[in-house]
Amino acid sequence: MLYRTVFISASFLLVFAVVGSGLVAFTFDSTEERIAENQRRALLNSLNELVPSDRYDNDIFSDILLVRNPELLGTNEPVPVYRARKGGWPVAAVLALVAPDGYNGRIRLLVAVNLDGTLAGVRVVQHRETPGLGDGIELNRSDWILGFDGKSLSNPGKNGWRVKRDGGQFDQFTGATITPRAVVKAVHKALLYFKQSKQHLFEQAPETSTDS
Amino acid sequence: MNSLQNIMRDGLWTNNVGLVQVLGICPLLAVTGTFINGLGLGLATLITLVASNVTVSTIRKLVRPEVRIPVFVLVIASIVTIIELSMSAWFYELYKVLGIFIPLIVTNCSIIGRAEAFASKNTVGRSFVDGFSMGLGFLLVLVTLGTLREIIGQGTLFSQAHLMFGEAARSMTIHFVDSYQGFLLAVLPPGAFIGLGLLIAMKNVIDKRRESRAVGIPVPANQTTQAAH
Repeated sequence: MLYRTVFISASFLLVFAVVGSGLVAFTFDSTEERIAENQRRALLNSLNELVPSDRYDNDIFSDILLVRNPELLGTNEPVPVYRARKGGWPVAAVLALVAPDGYNGRIRLLVAVNLDGTLAGVRVVQHRETPGLGDGIELNRSDWILGFDGKSLSNPGKNGWRVKRDGGQFDQFTGATITPRAVVKAVHKALLYFKQSKQHLFEQAPETSTDS
Repeated sequence: MNSLQNIMRDGLWTNNVGLVQVLGICPLLAVTGTFINGLGLGLATLITLVASNVTVSTIRKLVRPEVRIPVFVLVIASIVTIIELSMSAWFYELYKVLGIFIPLIVTNCSIIGRAEAFASKNTVGRSFVDGFSMGLGFLLVLVTLGTLREIIGQGTLFSQAHLMFGEAARSMTIHFVDSYQGFLLAVLPPGAFIGLGLLIAMKNVIDKRRESRAVGIPVPANQTTQAAH
């Protein structure tokens, strides 16, 4: 008798599980392409903010290199590098790296470096910094992040790559030093990484072979 | 017994999910930093409530009582997943903002609460009205709290409206004071708690006023006395 009850209840649950999974699978199937397209477009938008689309003519999405350097790129995971080229010649590389020491953990950044080692720009992709204090790193909160445009390893020099409180060149926010400090440090390290592996970054070419 | 009007009044005021039952306050407090966030989560919750109430009510005679809770959970989880996928397909920007709170609707106690307390015992039509009014009541609380926190915290209203209404709505943002410094407390979680507390207090004050005005007039039998105090 008991077995019978268990069996009926379980079959009942099974029917619902099948119908529920069916509906979910159907929705997933019909939205999958659109969601992927959304994600692609969102990423392309932020890439184009850093490297305007008239500066490159390659398919920046398929020209990706995965690199790993926990010390300079802030994460153990492989970091995607989007490479912009024009007429086969390298123009800039965009690194999707991590500033590991934000006030509330990891800050995900896009750092675009021109071939000559100057910064094309930096954007924050994702963070959990305090709203109203640390979120000044977002472009729609303040212009702070634009202060990196055009900077390089020699401008300012090594000692300038700090927030002002630490004797450097970059502003901190009122009430928040840790957040900008983490970003400045991560961008500086990204430039160091770019300098040491520039050859490697552009040589691993899936498209045209170039020698820079 | 309950007329549809009573069901509506229950959901919107006397038994409001946010102000009286105080259910599902985790997403309520977390996302109500702005008007638009409140509206987005409110709509998602509203749709979930209506869909789950209707589904549960439709199958109420089939479901064996011993497995009804697992079945309800399954129904709600499927509906929320479908809403999450649809949102990320058609409102991607808003989805990025509300992100993790959409799956949290699964655990919003008000939804399984309504399924168990109402939809499993009432007809489809009445369950629909119940889900709609409960959801609308919750949405109104979210929107009110979002509006208050946005005005006090950032000095704006309808900021980031384009997440929901497209690029044309970008200019909808109203700035009340030029170069407003912002009031951090209202933006942070404590501000959400204080704001919700104030809203609940306000509702109680209004209820009290009405009651004292009604003194002397014989009060009709009220099924919702648990809500008043």
